[in-house]
This record gives sequence, structure tokens and C-alpha cells, in this order.
Amino acid sequence: MKQRDKILIKVKIQNDDFDISKEMKKLQTNETGAIVNFVGVVRGKDEKTNEDIFSMTLEHYPGMTELEIESIITNSTTRWEISAVTVIHRIGKLFSSDQIVFVGVASKHRQNAFDACNYIMDWLKTKAPFWKIEEGSKEKRWVEFNSSDSNATKKWEQK
Amino acid sequence: MIIKYFSWIREHIGTSEEEIILPDSVSTIEDLINYLIDSNDKYKSAFLKRDLVKIAVNKSYSSINTKIYNKDEIAFFPPVTGG
Repeated sequence: MKQRDKILIKVKIQNDDFDISKEMKKLQTNETGAIVNFVGVVRGKDEKTNEDIFSMTLEHYPGMTELEIESIITNSTTRWEISAVTVIHRIGKLFSSDQIVFVGVASKHRQNAFDACNYIMDWLKTKAPFWKIEEGSKEKRWVEFNSSDSNATKKWEQK
Repeated sequence: MIIKYFSWIREHIGTSEEEIILPDSVSTIEDLINYLIDSNDKYKSAFLKRDLVKIAVNKSYSSINTKIYNKDEIAFFPPVTGG
């Protein structure tokens, strides 16, 4: 495994919202040529039942979450030449349209940043220990694991 | 041994964390699940769909066959749904 040095890695689990433009600026150094970011937000409707979702509450496994995300980022640095990664994931009560997760990757050239960002997000969805409970008008419901998320990681295993 | 539970598994069991002294008969995760199920019905419902129960030993994904010791921190949780 090629462990590249001088890669800035930031992983934060927090209740507070994040500022995308501030986080993107922090990823930038003199050598940066590309910054790719992904932002996940709370959908206002349940895809299966089409019911409105007012809010959701996210819980996680403190300690393990950070270890899993750091491990995913480290794996990404052995595949692509990237210079900085930030992952911020919110927990607690969130409302429709709120930001949930930020994944930002900086690199010299765009393709590495695109691919690493996609890879980190795919593995975060299947490995990082977070759980969502959705609160609609009628009831609370634990969100079920979506098998398309585990299918999404298969493309990285084949390469 | 500390055992942690998350999401709907925690709701079935009624606590997020408990401490037990590991009996001599328990040496793997599978033994532990069977031991818990025998001790109280609340575990029976939590572990009913065994393939939906993910396992971590000392904050690292593990399997049903993982050997465990009294100093370990075990966690049981459903498939993850973050992001």
C-alpha cells in the first residue's frame, strides 16, 4: 500500500450545521487544482410511501464512526493522488432540506478528486455506523438499509 | 464486558449499554447471542432477524465467529443508514 504523506484529513461528527464555502476554502492549498464536494440533504418525502417527512434524528456509534471514516479516507489515498479530505456528518434532529453530510476532496487534478469523493461517500453509506429515524405526520420509522448502497460499492471492488 | 446496542435493536432491549461478566461457556459472538437470548425474552426479539444484526468488537466490524474476552466492548446494531 502506498501511504502518501502530507494529506490533510478532517473528520467531524457534530450537531451543528456546516458552511460549504468555508469548508471548501480550508481544503485549498497552493498546489490545489480541483476541489470536489458532495452534500447530502434531508429529503422532504419518503420515496416508498410518498409521505412527507418533517424531521429525522440521526444517531451514531461514537468512536467507531470516526475510525471507520478515517479508514475509508486512508484507503482512498492509496488509490488516488489527493491532498486533503474533509468529512462532516451531522447527528441529532434534522429537518427537511437540512444539510446532513459534507465530503470534500482536494487534489491537483479533477479526476482524482471526483473519484475519491465518490468512493468515500459510497463506503460511508455502507460502513459508517449511523442510523436514521424518520418522523412523519403519522409515525416514527427507522430507515431501512438500501441495497443500492451496497451495490454502489461493488464498482470499487472490481477496479 | 460492555455491550452496546443501537437503533431498533436498542429499543427492543430497552438499554443502550450494559455490563456483564462473561460466563466461561461464552467464547464467541455466537455464544454470547445465544447466552443473552436464553437469559431474557427481550433479546429474542432483538436478535430475531439474525442476518440484520451487525457486530462490532472493540469498534471494529466482526463476525459471529469472532472470539471475545471479558475486556472487550461489543456492539450490536442494524445495517447502517447514514449519509
